[in-house]
Amino acid sequence: MAALESPQPGTPTAMRNAFGNVLSVLILVLIGVLAFSIRLFSVIKYESVIHEFDPYFNYRVTQFLSKNGIYEFWNWFDDRTWYPLGRVIGGTVYPGLTLTAGTIWWVLNSLNIPLSVETVCVFTAPVFSAFASWATYLLTKEVKGSGAGLAAAALLAMVPSYISRSVAGSYDNEAVAIFALIFTFYLYIKTLNTGSLFYATLNALAYFYMVCSWGGYTFIINLIPMHVLLCIVTGRYSPRLYIAYAPLVVLGTLLAALVPVVGFNAVLTSEHFASFLVFIIIHVVALVYYIKGILSPKMFKVAVTLVVSIGMVVCFIVVAILVALVASSPTGGWSGRSLSLLDPTYASKYIPIIASVSEHQPPTWPSYFMDINVLAFLVPAGIIACFSPLSDASSFVVLYIVMSVYFSGVMVRLMLVLAPAACIMSGIALSQAFDVFTGSIKYQLGASSNSTDDAEDNTSTNNAPKDDASAGKTDKGEEIVKERSSKKGKKKEREPADKPSVKSKIKKKALVLPLEASIVALLLLIMLGAFYVIHCVWAAAEAYSAPSIVLTSQSRDGLHVFDDFRESYAWLSHNTDVDDKVASWWDYGYQTTAMANRTVIVDNNTWNNTHIATVGTAMSSPEKAAWEIFNSLDVKYVLVVFGGLIGYPSDDINKFLWMVRIGGGVFPHIKEADYLRDGQYRIDSEATPTMLNCLMYKLSYYRFVETDGKGYDRVRRTEIGKKNFKLTHFEEVFTSHHWMVRIYKLKPPRNRIRGRTKKLKSKTSSGLSSKSVKKNPWI
Amino acid sequence: MVKSTSKDAQDLFRSLRSAYSATPTNLKIIDLYVVFAVFTALIQVAYMALVGSFPFNSFLSGVLSCIGTAVLAVCLRIQVNKENKEFKDLAPERAFADFVLCNLVLHLVIINFLG
Repeated sequence: MAALESPQPGTPTAMRNAFGNVLSVLILVLIGVLAFSIRLFSVIKYESVIHEFDPYFNYRVTQFLSKNGIYEFWNWFDDRTWYPLGRVIGGTVYPGLTLTAGTIWWVLNSLNIPLSVETVCVFTAPVFSAFASWATYLLTKEVKGSGAGLAAAALLAMVPSYISRSVAGSYDNEAVAIFALIFTFYLYIKTLNTGSLFYATLNALAYFYMVCSWGGYTFIINLIPMHVLLCIVTGRYSPRLYIAYAPLVVLGTLLAALVPVVGFNAVLTSEHFASFLVFIIIHVVALVYYIKGILSPKMFKVAVTLVVSIGMVVCFIVVAILVALVASSPTGGWSGRSLSLLDPTYASKYIPIIASVSEHQPPTWPSYFMDINVLAFLVPAGIIACFSPLSDASSFVVLYIVMSVYFSGVMVRLMLVLAPAACIMSGIALSQAFDVFTGSIKYQLGASSNSTDDAEDNTSTNNAPKDDASAGKTDKGEEIVKERSSKKGKKKEREPADKPSVKSKIKKKALVLPLEASIVALLLLIMLGAFYVIHCVWAAAEAYSAPSIVLTSQSRDGLHVFDDFRESYAWLSHNTDVDDKVASWWDYGYQTTAMANRTVIVDNNTWNNTHIATVGTAMSSPEKAAWEIFNSLDVKYVLVVFGGLIGYPSDDINKFLWMVRIGGGVFPHIKEADYLRDGQYRIDSEATPTMLNCLMYKLSYYRFVETDGKGYDRVRRTEIGKKNFKLTHFEEVFTSHHWMVRIYKLKPPRNRIRGRTKKLKSKTSSGLSSKSVKKNPWI
Repeated sequence: MVKSTSKDAQDLFRSLRSAYSATPTNLKIIDLYVVFAVFTALIQVAYMALVGSFPFNSFLSGVLSCIGTAVLAVCLRIQVNKENKEFKDLAPERAFADFVLCNLVLHLVIINFLG
């Protein structure tokens, strides 16, 4: 704050200082409330439920944790999923989120606040987004002062990209991980600025929390070494850098190895090798600087040749060892997801299961505008502001934004990592712009009232060389956005307004812009800020709040609610035996185990490609072959999601090609070309016979023609190819109200009575082969 | 050429030694501590190379505890060194308290990780 820089400890300044601090705290509280409440649209518009797919698994784990305690949790072997393999939950899950929510629940309960586990889970994400915006304030404050910090925190509180992952009910790892990410960066910068070992310890602990929470921790452990390297290369090495980095690597590696899901990967996979390499380099550099300090310049020149050459040799040896290690380990030591970050085409080439997830696809340009909106235009201005003057902290932020822009371009999910960087940059840009504009307004007003002719003389002489700068600034100002309500805007204007009163006149004159231009620019900022707020609220209310297990649609005759998922999961839990196995595509695995409490074959964890491929093959096979596969897996029920009746686009028919691809990747008799007519995926009368006879088609469209007589699919916008057919090996047991979920039961194997079997067989084959079903033997 | 290089090296070592002898005693003690820790780590690495790394977490925690101790001691040395202008306003007592805290965390983690 400007008042802090004041040389005279006068009473008004101290008063202003205290007033500013109180106001900052108040604004931060309001930002926290804003961050929390903007994420409640989902609760208000729908209800307090867990959203989507992965959150259901986290919710189930949290339930287990709160019921059985932490030790049972670490040893939990879950036999209700991945039948018949099962899954060791304690060792394969990032425990940060569940432990956090479990702790919150435990604390609340011991305070005699009886909240259900579900309520705690639903509201974890909004609470942590408030924490995240406070962490953003701290981080930006370390970089560019508290004005920029407040702006960045307010921006982060409602950036749509982050809202999309942290609305109430979106109980996923990212909800707490973004807070951990920003807080780790803050502590790193804080350590770098102060050189205190205390903050270095805290930094390592924050990193530990991040490792617990999300696989994205590799971003930290690669970004920080890169920054250290950048500092060393640009000659900015300082003892503070050593204190910030070296303890973090040692402690962070040990702490990361404590998390079961990471374990020895923390030292064995090459995502972490960069940090070790830089760890060695920084020691060499530290030694060089130390020797430089104690030797005379002449002797140092002699020493340089010796020490540096020895150091280089050591480095080369280590590099050689690392390269050998990387080369000797399978896939070069890089896990598939990380490899697809470096080579964006890697996943689509080799791992269809990664490529099939929509959030692993590269983003489109509109999604940038949707997710970070006007921040995209503010970021360049913020980068420029970071370069004047360039400090260790601001170079870190610049590196952060550059890396995250790259990664967000590879995987749409990582847009989430970009969002905080964009907010920080935009906060800095906004704050600087406000400094300039309000400063010059204040100066102009003050000058005109004091000594008119003198000031005008000054400004006119100043304006001539400053014309370029002012034009540039105004242009920027037009894009720049003011993000807050007018109340905060007032505070913002007051803040830089303090500056001219305490800064020397000469320095201030350099910032002077014409009065009219400043006022117009300020108005534009506020106007575009309002635009940002409107966009964010719209995004929070309309785009990102749908829980996706309850759907709504607005039509002429009012609001329709489609609650088919819960209807059918409830049907499963009430009408099937507790040990029955339910097969579905992996998307619905988590929900089935969590909501219906039934054993599933595959789920969203996708750790076993072969198992998923087996289910994919079954779905793409003809009925009999599919029945055999499912029967061998002990499956009793098959669940398919079908959107053709109401036009729900993300149903199993639309996902079907991925089933074919994943299945075909393991079982070569499934060929994608068999399901495509001239390279086109279609289900109408032009579709290939393989497509029309596969299990997925049959289960989706069984009896569909009975709804409207024509079999018109509202998602594909066409009439289906094969309308009247019978199922021989499956029987329909449940279809939800809007036909979104259809559950089939496997028929038991037929009795082996010779004549009967023969008769049935002939009937079956005729039923299957007759393409235009005029005479159905079953009717 | 070789002669001049070795003479240079001798000069260098002499001046290094003379420069180092001017270091305060408490810094020298820290240096000794660092050297000892690094030496212990090297012994463990050599042992691992000879015998094998079977209880890998034990090996890891052993080596990392040594390296961590050394690194923290170096940090302490940087902070209490009077010649480092950046840490003028950091009291040695404060630096030592931070050092103890950090070591405490480090060794708690290591005890946990030892298995």
